[in-house]
Amino acid sequence: MKTLINIKDLHASINGKEILKGLNLEVKPGEIHAVMGPNGAGKSTLASVLAGREEYEITEGTVDFDGKDLLELSTEDRAREGLFLAFQYPVEIPGVSNVNFLRTALNEIREYNGQEQISAKDFMALVREKSTLVELDSKLASRSVNEGFSGGEKKRNEIFQMAMLQPKLAILDETDSGLDIDALRIVANGVNKLKTPENGAIVITHYQRLLDYIVPDFVHVLYDGKIVKSGSKELALELEEKGYDWIKEELEKAH
Amino acid sequence: MKKQSYTENELAKDLENQEYKFGFVTNIESDKAPKGLNEGIIRFISAKKNEPDWLLEHRLKAFEIWKTMTEPEWAHVEYVKPDFQDITYYSAPKQTKKYESWDDVDPELKETMSKLGISMEEQQRLTGVAVDFVMDSVSVATSFKEKLKELGIIFCSFSDAVQEHPELVRKYMGSVVPMTDNFYAALNSAVFSDGSFCYIPKGVKCPMELSTYFRINEGGTGQFERTLVVADEGSYVSYLEGCTAPQRDENQLHAAVVELVALESAEIKYSTVQNWYPGDKEGKGGVYNFVTKRGICERNSKISWTQVETGSAITWKYPSCILKGDNSIGEFYSVAVTNNYQQADTGTKMIHLGKNTRSTIISKGISAGKSQNSYRGLVQIHKNADNARNFSQCDSLLMTEECGAHTFPYIECKNSTAKIEHEATTSKIGEDQIFYCLQRGISEEKAIGLIVNGYCKDVLNQLPMEFAVEAQKLLTISLEGSVG
Ligand SMILES: Nc1ncnc2c1ncn2[C@@H]1O[C@H](COP(=O)(O)OP(=O)(O)O)[C@@H](O)[C@H]1O
Ligand SMILES: [Mg+2]
Repeated sequence: MKTLINIKDLHASINGKEILKGLNLEVKPGEIHAVMGPNGAGKSTLASVLAGREEYEITEGTVDFDGKDLLELSTEDRAREGLFLAFQYPVEIPGVSNVNFLRTALNEIREYNGQEQISAKDFMALVREKSTLVELDSKLASRSVNEGFSGGEKKRNEIFQMAMLQPKLAILDETDSGLDIDALRIVANGVNKLKTPENGAIVITHYQRLLDYIVPDFVHVLYDGKIVKSGSKELALELEEKGYDWIKEELEKAH
Repeated sequence: MKKQSYTENELAKDLENQEYKFGFVTNIESDKAPKGLNEGIIRFISAKKNEPDWLLEHRLKAFEIWKTMTEPEWAHVEYVKPDFQDITYYSAPKQTKKYESWDDVDPELKETMSKLGISMEEQQRLTGVAVDFVMDSVSVATSFKEKLKELGIIFCSFSDAVQEHPELVRKYMGSVVPMTDNFYAALNSAVFSDGSFCYIPKGVKCPMELSTYFRINEGGTGQFERTLVVADEGSYVSYLEGCTAPQRDENQLHAAVVELVALESAEIKYSTVQNWYPGDKEGKGGVYNFVTKRGICERNSKISWTQVETGSAITWKYPSCILKGDNSIGEFYSVAVTNNYQQADTGTKMIHLGKNTRSTIISKGISAGKSQNSYRGLVQIHKNADNARNFSQCDSLLMTEECGAHTFPYIECKNSTAKIEHEATTSKIGEDQIFYCLQRGISEEKAIGLIVNGYCKDVLNQLPMEFAVEAQKLLTISLEGSVG
């Protein structure tokens, strides 16, 4: 069966310090994978490396993204190929409206894929449809990108952008952190509604709380730069109950 | 592995490779004065222009004053002082007669204009903008004059105004910027070549944007433009000024004077997009732009200056408002971009004389390369100016580690009822912002365009629509890297 993304033996470092130390992960179309792990394990690093943040040096490994060598693509081309990152800390761009930002992005993606520019009318219809989906106040769509948004609004805006750009693979980096239960439900709902048999998602979190709403097909534990344990949803519950220490102990025993 | 996204250093490198895009020269034979400055040259200019005696006397008086003055040293700029005896003070394209219609216009001139992106036909058809094209020192094409005439609006070259409306010129010229004002204003008053004149009669709202495109075309020709806009009681006018210049090795001095007069309840909106040759990436050549721009507001009137500055090697420019009448309003919105070795010292003066006068200053500086960008502003509240208000916001955006941004706000307040607010920020263009855009599929060039235009939004919003689009493109061009 076809894979959406296949990460093999990925090693990445920053400022000479190795953070990812031989990471393997494969996501097939239609699957949702949860990646859990303690603070500092390298979860955001994985997201940044896949998105193409250039401060990181890839020292080993390969990443196949829907038949293409992901690591050879520029950041913007990865996005245009359908990789989307919902940021743990969304960035503010003063004076640039969300709408202008998204229209620019959407048209760049369409141009890359040999499609025509979207008309203003169709675009606005899409904005209305997708903002309803994530219960985003339509006023936020015309405000400057993330400027003056509350923490929850920023996260919801990430999901709104994801809905607008319809990526093949979405990586959600702790989209649940800092959200109250209502916001959490809305964000999760958005993700569930956007799920199709063709696309997939990597949901990074360190609470199992989100997984009550987004049911993952697989749960992985990322620890010290590697996936050290994989399982079904039950693994998340076990982690919730016992914390990460038992994994550490298990690992130490194995050595 | 190939690094794919964007760093500050790459950006800095790209910006240094930015060459001037509109570097070209038109070959039109010139009729010029010998180099140098003396009484004889001033008489030559005045005679060439067939001026009345009072104007010749005005020039000679200004020249006497100028000789006693020295160049100002206080601005945060460094340059080799121009040799005023090595400048040609008059040059006119050799034309026997002025054009009656568009068809008569020299094809080479048309070519120049289309390179500038302002082909007459297009301007006329698409925008309804009346264009007074100033080529070197003499106006060579004027349009929409007839339509304006019906409303009693006068919009013509300064020389024509001297011939046709001497009483207006005599009454207002020098009333806002006296010849004694400063070194460059005195020089301009002595040797000004041409420029534009505009008069809006009482109660008339000018139905179109009035626009003049200036251009320096002769190597080594100093440009001493003179602009006078008079808005009579209750009238309104929006005036646009924009320019570009050919690539040159030697420095070209430009010392213009712009005077605005807003009589009771009148409003003048004066917008500038300025893109003169800034010099090459080593900082050689480029235009010296020493401009004196000032407006006076009578009761209930309003003057807004909006400027987008991307050119010149050195810019020294402080569009100002004298808020003389009660309830009058002065505004200054500015974007100044400096790159490579450009130096800009710009800002404004808001002089509050009347009661309930209000002023707003929004200044956005963008520095790239090794450039220096300074904001210098003065807010002066005189003792009779009860309830005067000022709000100033001065932001600086840095694109590299090597550039500089400086803010010099001066406040002089002699009335305790005044309210003055000042805000200032300095930030570096965010790598995080660029990465965020890239991750959404937006190219780095477009990302910088978006971010910079967003940063300047409060100023760009003040420009008339078509001009705003042009200005946004100019900002993107002046900051774009050699991407793709
Ligand atoms: N710029 C940096 N220089 C050195 N170490 C860094 C840098 N950025 C992150 N790290 C380190 O990388 C490790 C992984 O960080 P991160 O991927 O953010 O973890 P997580 O998202 O799992 O909490 C941490 O130990 C962090 O301190
Ligand atoms: Mg993290």
